[in-house]
Amino acid sequence: MSQQKITSQQKITSQQKTTMSPEQAEAFGRELDAIKDRVLADLGEQDADYIRRVIKAQRALEVAGRGLLFAGILPPAWLAGTAMLAVAKILDNMEIGHNIMHGQYDWMGDPATSSREFEWDNACPGDQWRHSHNYMHHTHTNVVGLDRDIGYGILRMSEDQPWRPYFLGNPVYAFLLMVLFQYGVALHEMETERIRAGEITLADKRETLEGIWRKTRRQTLKDYVAFPLLAGPFAPFVFTGNLSANLIRNVWSYMIIFCGHFPDGTQEFTVEETQNETRGMWSFRQILGSANLTGGRLFHLLSGNLSHQIEHHLFPDMPARRYAEVAPAVREVCERYAVPYNAGPLPRQFGTVVRKIVRLALPPRKHDEPKGKPDETNVDRGDVPARIA
Amino acid sequence: MFTQTLTKRVLGSNLVDLLTGPHGVDRYTELVAPTWTLAEARAKVVAVRRSTPRSVTLTLEPNAVFTDCNSLEAGQHVNLTLEIDGRRRTRCYSPANAQGASLLELTIGLHDGGLVSTYLRTHARPGMIVGLHGAGGDFVLPAQRPRRMLFVSGGSGITPIMSMLRTLQAERFDGEVAVIHYARSAAEACYSSELAAMPGVHVLNVFTREGGAPGPSGNAGPTGHFDADHLAVAMPVPDAVFVCGPPALVDAVRECCPQARSESFVPAAFVIPAGPSGGRVTFTESGVGVIDDGRSLLEQAENAGLSPENGCRMGICHTCTRRVTSGAVRNLTNGAVSTPDDEDVQICVSVPVGDVKLAL
Repeated sequence: MSQQKITSQQKITSQQKTTMSPEQAEAFGRELDAIKDRVLADLGEQDADYIRRVIKAQRALEVAGRGLLFAGILPPAWLAGTAMLAVAKILDNMEIGHNIMHGQYDWMGDPATSSREFEWDNACPGDQWRHSHNYMHHTHTNVVGLDRDIGYGILRMSEDQPWRPYFLGNPVYAFLLMVLFQYGVALHEMETERIRAGEITLADKRETLEGIWRKTRRQTLKDYVAFPLLAGPFAPFVFTGNLSANLIRNVWSYMIIFCGHFPDGTQEFTVEETQNETRGMWSFRQILGSANLTGGRLFHLLSGNLSHQIEHHLFPDMPARRYAEVAPAVREVCERYAVPYNAGPLPRQFGTVVRKIVRLALPPRKHDEPKGKPDETNVDRGDVPARIA
Repeated sequence: MFTQTLTKRVLGSNLVDLLTGPHGVDRYTELVAPTWTLAEARAKVVAVRRSTPRSVTLTLEPNAVFTDCNSLEAGQHVNLTLEIDGRRRTRCYSPANAQGASLLELTIGLHDGGLVSTYLRTHARPGMIVGLHGAGGDFVLPAQRPRRMLFVSGGSGITPIMSMLRTLQAERFDGEVAVIHYARSAAEACYSSELAAMPGVHVLNVFTREGGAPGPSGNAGPTGHFDADHLAVAMPVPDAVFVCGPPALVDAVRECCPQARSESFVPAAFVIPAGPSGGRVTFTESGVGVIDDGRSLLEQAENAGLSPENGCRMGICHTCTRRVTSGAVRNLTNGAVSTPDDEDVQICVSVPVGDVKLAL
């Protein structure tokens, strides 16, 4: 039996090379598990109280924001109402929705914070999200061809995705995805790239489409028909307020999410590299494929603690408020095993993402560094990354 | 009254459901007042009494959802849910108040090592909010009240019997009533003064750890556990016998009186068996049972022909989470063993420890 070794190489800027033998990976995984077990044993009232406080704040902001928008003819009321509703939607989407649906609060036994029952305030159906995110994205993180978050089926976010003239529009598609992000996320399970490639038909996705339609229809009726109509003559102010709040949430969550796995220094992987992956190697891949954002406590809250993307990918079902607590310990373990820990402020990290989107819109230049790892054979996967069943 | 109905109709309307979507109107109304909900039955603790060293008595004000959907008969029980250290726990109690009372009275006896009873004994305070659901039970008075009734209770088994007695008192029942109450000592006998003061009720207190309580004649009364002598002293020929208490008491009474109506609440004896494999695993919703072979519950379910939802198969994504309703499982990733309460577990990384029932 051959030795399994993942050799990883930073592709863009530095030439730092990280190797981890199976034994090291085993020990690495165990140390990280120890960090996780300590926190899990400590979960209790303070965590339950915390999520309830965040929920209470979110609901209050939502009610107040929507209320103010009814007086939206007055500019201060419109501005304040829109801002409050935007923050309410951001909290519901990220610190509350994303985290609860990960099962982070299942231990409470409360149906209101149960991953299987929670539904969030955007167009994406919760059950589809749980499948595509909790299962597919978190298991196959950054594996080109399996992790559909690499590009969402419409963007080129990795050099391992072969270039086509279509991708000249990369920045345009990225911008459109950003402003319409809640719908982009809602359509994620449609696997539109596979429909375009002819691998599956629209009819195969009928149930998925029906689920999306049901959720999106109610959300649209709520924000763009019912609430405006209730305001009578002030309907336009409520309409534009709701539209703006959704837009703000879309843009903010897009920025945070795209900084999770795309800034300079993050790594993608091939399916071959991740065959027979041990748990320690899985942790290793999670860290190499993720990047953190630095900031204060309010920033972490508003980012749903996705600013701690590395910790989140190591411990997806640990209550997110604990990530700041364990980050120093995780960093220390990474240092000892010479694993790079990618962290930076939002402007810089997002700047490198934008640069990547623009750069990948163009065909690769001949004198660019060779793609992939030294011992990887070049496989022409055609226009669409092949799916391994 | 009119405004109450109007409010309910408005809050329950499709429009409000759309406007408060996707969370639902309860998630907003409960922020105004925790018991103000349309769909969830809750109650507020309005009074707490600790009248004996090993019990706590709670007076609960149920919300409209509970009272609209439940009419508790004397002797029936209800499920109480409360949060302890962030986790919800549910226990079954019999209210002691008379039938039809607007406030519920629960007397909880302290069990050694009991999580909920210990917590309530120490921390119960007015203002606490609890969940209430699942009112029911067969331990009730017959509609046609028998003329001579004997009630036998042990420990906190007195609560459904107090409910029955108070109901009879309110009805001005004029038949013969006798009560034998078994407690460890006089200090621990709940409701003893109220029982003594009940007109027309012959009470026999038996203290299992001290000497017997003095009888009406002043001589020492019976001691020890139930037997035919106690029956003779209390009411030799009853028309109906009701017993509520530990299983041993219920068994003893039924030996003498096979027709006795009975109820028994016992904290589940939770013993983690020494031999961790070879128990019986039952998938309750599919009606399938297998002998545990040591593999994860997911694998054993699949082996038995079931196809539970699953995802990463490594304890990360929570797609395969199911509820353990009986027995214990061990988590393969951290070695933790589940608790006696119903618990949701990720079946891809859980192995049975002894007999297990899984909702699958």
